[in-house]
Amino acid sequence: MDKIRASILTPSRSSKLERRGKWLSLLCLGSICIVVIAIFGFITYRGLATFTTDHVSLSKFLTGTDWNPSVSKSGAPLVGALPMIAGSFLITILATALAIPFAIGTALMMTDVTPKTGTRILQPVLELLVGIPSVVYGFVGLTVVVPAMRNIFGGSGFGILSGTFVLFVMVLPTITSMTVDALTSVPKSFRYASLALGATRWQTIYKVVLRSATPGILTAIVFGMARAFGEALAVQMVVGNATLMPYSLVAPASTLTSVLTTGIGNTVMGTAQNDALWSLALILLIMSLTFNLAIHLIANRGSLKR
Amino acid sequence: MAKQILTTKNVRLSYGDFEALHGIDLAFDENEITALIGPSGCGKSTYLRCINRMNDQIDGVKISGELKFNDTDIYAEQTDVVELRKQIGMVFQQPNPFPMSIYDNVVFGLRIAGVRDKSMLDEAAQAALKQAAIWDEVKNKLDQNALALSGGQQQRICIARALAVSPNIILLDEPTSALDPHSSRQIETTLLQLKEHYTIITVTHNLQQASRIADRTAFFLQGDLIEAGTTKQIFMNPEHQETSDFITGIFG
Repeated sequence: MDKIRASILTPSRSSKLERRGKWLSLLCLGSICIVVIAIFGFITYRGLATFTTDHVSLSKFLTGTDWNPSVSKSGAPLVGALPMIAGSFLITILATALAIPFAIGTALMMTDVTPKTGTRILQPVLELLVGIPSVVYGFVGLTVVVPAMRNIFGGSGFGILSGTFVLFVMVLPTITSMTVDALTSVPKSFRYASLALGATRWQTIYKVVLRSATPGILTAIVFGMARAFGEALAVQMVVGNATLMPYSLVAPASTLTSVLTTGIGNTVMGTAQNDALWSLALILLIMSLTFNLAIHLIANRGSLKR
Repeated sequence: MAKQILTTKNVRLSYGDFEALHGIDLAFDENEITALIGPSGCGKSTYLRCINRMNDQIDGVKISGELKFNDTDIYAEQTDVVELRKQIGMVFQQPNPFPMSIYDNVVFGLRIAGVRDKSMLDEAAQAALKQAAIWDEVKNKLDQNALALSGGQQQRICIARALAVSPNIILLDEPTSALDPHSSRQIETTLLQLKEHYTIITVTHNLQQASRIADRTAFFLQGDLIEAGTTKQIFMNPEHQETSDFITGIFG
């Protein structure tokens, strides 16, 4: 009896291993959390320096249209970020809006219209599109899209519209593949029920499949927007990088990311110019948090419906 | 003698090389309940889905034979599947209401058929829900999501949804197998009331259920129709040994 008692009361080798594994995964999780918090803290700290040490008012930063950090006016550098903020939002919204019909159409092709051939051809195409590095997109944009814009609309060809077309191709696979997931998660039984009631395939898609998949499709769209908002290199190559208000879609403009990538290497840490760029990074961070929050909200509302 | 609303002759169905139905001859009288019984995989559900052409959804299915609904060939080239399915409604094994309000579920078939008139929809919804014996339970929450109801209630919503388009025939594919006994009995009562206006064909695994509600019963085994007749005859005095073995629970 004592032997059994002892063997039950002392931890065995496998239970020790189990505990060690648990600690190991906790450690990994913890260090990633620390990294994320450190990034947040650092960007916030640096980003706020514009307002604390350089005495720029927040409203001037968000609504000012003059971006010239090396020039000071009445004691504070000229850092009006509105042109970049407007440029980023404009490009994001236009590219996503352009991509939505193509993404939903492609996804429906793969799930409902011609599931076999649709998936066989389109799946590899989508995966390929995801895998192409963004510099290649930017390069193609620079050699194909920009000259095309120049020929059609005149001017230099650089601008929001060129950026929109490049980003459209880049967010398309993201939105499409997530829409496919949303559509395939609509139970087959809904489709059968609809068909058995005398609905045509189009009516079934429109009234049942798309309707049931709406939360998932919205999530896909927000994901696409997040990707578009954060894309730097390809946009920077075609947008023109002029820190001017985007009054025209075909005039050179800039986005938060493009100003960051062009500017960050040319400034010295701790200067007003550098601080201003960190503030732009802070806006980017806040926006990606907003997109994340939106995704969670949509997903939660969608799951309540089920 | 009652009118035969649906006749099938020598119905064969194969998935690729596998023949699942080996020539089924069966006829259905108007305003009767017919139960299709048999062990799992005997082809009774497959046969049921031939009647409203739901098997068209599956790749590689070949169907031959003659299926006639009101003397019209169901598989004729000029037959409009969409119209056919409005005449021959179907209720599935798993309750499958759409993730919409109860009201939207019930009037779904009418809306896709182009009915826009609100008072007409209201009337049809009320009539269908009453026929499906669920009106009293849901009349105060028609705008609530149908998925919030219990399984039995959901299934009766599905029956109401099928009734709202006023079909001639209702096909039921094991309508109560996913439900508790109490809900099953409620559905049975509903079906007995419905046969006044509709012809009902139901697949069931539950032999007691077949004996309680069906006027006629057909016994399927491995893709063959072994025997069909009045429920009384099948249960009390079957002609074939297999039928009597199945009824008495020796296999199945």
